[in-house]
Amino acid sequence: MSTAADDQFYREYILDHYKNPRNYGRLEHPDITHEEDNPLCGDIVGMDFQVREGVIEDIRFHGRGCAISQASASLLTERLKGLQLEDAKKITKDDVLGELGIQISPARIKCALLSLKVLKVGAYGLAGDDEE
Amino acid sequence: MAPRTIDVAAVRKDFPIFETGIAYLDSANTSQRPRQVTGAMLEYFEKYNSNIHRAAYRIAEEATVRYEATREKVRAFINAASTKEIIYTRGTTEAINLVAYSWGRKNITSGDLIVLTILDHHSNIVPWQILAAEKGAEIQYVDIDERGELLQDQYAELLKRGPKLVAFNLVSNAMGTINPAREMVAAAKKAGATVLVDGAQSTPHQPVDVRALGCDFYAFSGHKMLGPTGAGILYGRRELLEAMDPFMAGGDMIRTVRIEGTTYHDLPWRFEAGTQAIAEVIGLGAAVDYLSELGMDAVRAHELEITEYAYEALSDIDGLTVYGPPPSRRAGVISFALEGIHPHDLATIADRDQVCLRAGHHCAMPLMTRLGVPATARASFYVYTQKDEVDRLVGSIQEAQRIFK
Repeated sequence: MSTAADDQFYREYILDHYKNPRNYGRLEHPDITHEEDNPLCGDIVGMDFQVREGVIEDIRFHGRGCAISQASASLLTERLKGLQLEDAKKITKDDVLGELGIQISPARIKCALLSLKVLKVGAYGLAGDDEE
Repeated sequence: MAPRTIDVAAVRKDFPIFETGIAYLDSANTSQRPRQVTGAMLEYFEKYNSNIHRAAYRIAEEATVRYEATREKVRAFINAASTKEIIYTRGTTEAINLVAYSWGRKNITSGDLIVLTILDHHSNIVPWQILAAEKGAEIQYVDIDERGELLQDQYAELLKRGPKLVAFNLVSNAMGTINPAREMVAAAKKAGATVLVDGAQSTPHQPVDVRALGCDFYAFSGHKMLGPTGAGILYGRRELLEAMDPFMAGGDMIRTVRIEGTTYHDLPWRFEAGTQAIAEVIGLGAAVDYLSELGMDAVRAHELEITEYAYEALSDIDGLTVYGPPPSRRAGVISFALEGIHPHDLATIADRDQVCLRAGHHCAMPLMTRLGVPATARASFYVYTQKDEVDRLVGSIQEAQRIFK
């Protein structure tokens, strides 16, 4: 059964980011590297950052998991590349969810926000709050 | 006498939830509950709500009688020797923790071997890990072959080392594998081990006879067998239970309490401290009645038919891998993976079609690690499952493949 809701949930560009992730892989000499997982569903996202004079010069992510977690990570790296660290700090969960542009059910919020947790915990040493 | 069969259409009329149009394929997680169960609980709340074992008035007496009546129903259902061997718990997890705490702390010492299996649920792993860490005991896990069946040779080798305890599930919740429990218990007993069988996934789905099985402890949950959450059972052989200290201490489990010390109540109440889940236990009694009426041979036959149907339908799908043994050696559980589609994405798409499908590690992370997957999708069946629900699952899978192509 095909419904409009399915196609809206798995929008074309989310599937595109899932199948063709941007900035995927590892950096050889990262200044910061951090990985987080969601044991409940086995999603893993890790990020490598190269930082010069307060700017995220290069970034790569790696991991595996559902379309939402991996597309969200891919989208976030696009946003972070070339950004001032100070500005990156200001990215909120609403920004990340807004960028995905779809209704995320409570059960899938953790998938959508896993990459933000990597950013917060890894790059900034902020407490990683389990966003619900 | 002709074997009984299940009239699924009639059964489904007892489950109002199906009026919502869902295809419910997650009964290994928790089952649905018929009106007979919710009705029995409602009747308690509305007609004789009161506490058990203490008040002298009529409705409290009725509550006590109905609460204790479940014990006899459960005893007969699993063919225990006495109601003294039937302990109410909140569920399988609490039952296993009770044994790990009360029996384990008294009997497991440094250097002892505990044998578990890679198929076990976390609730039959973690309590033993805690105990082993505390006592300096060793745990070994029996591995599986490529069909998801326990390596009996490896098990036999481990038994030669004289384990103090052997604990395993009769049916794997994650793969559906039915373990050769009778043979495994007999071998463990011969090796001198105490044996606990986790019956969470077997008791709801096939006839169980704990005396024929020969185990020392047997644990299961009410909510997977048409009963409510919050009521489960620990069966223990009487001589073992008699020698065990209480797990929880407080009201109702004592005989006399003096400042100088306390004497404990007789079995089974010694292990039932505090105000009990009265409505839930009464509901569990109604669930046992319901299943007994259907006949557990008929329940198993129905599930086998659905499982064979689903196994064939799923195996026909390109890019789909089914884990575990063939239908004749598995319970009504099918775990599978879809190439290129994470189980959670599949579950979300299925949910749009009102198909309730489990995705995750099924509280069996060691098994997921062993299979080399982070998670699987799992469909599981019960007395009310009809082929149409399996067809709807197949439709959802095809839809997911279309979206992710």
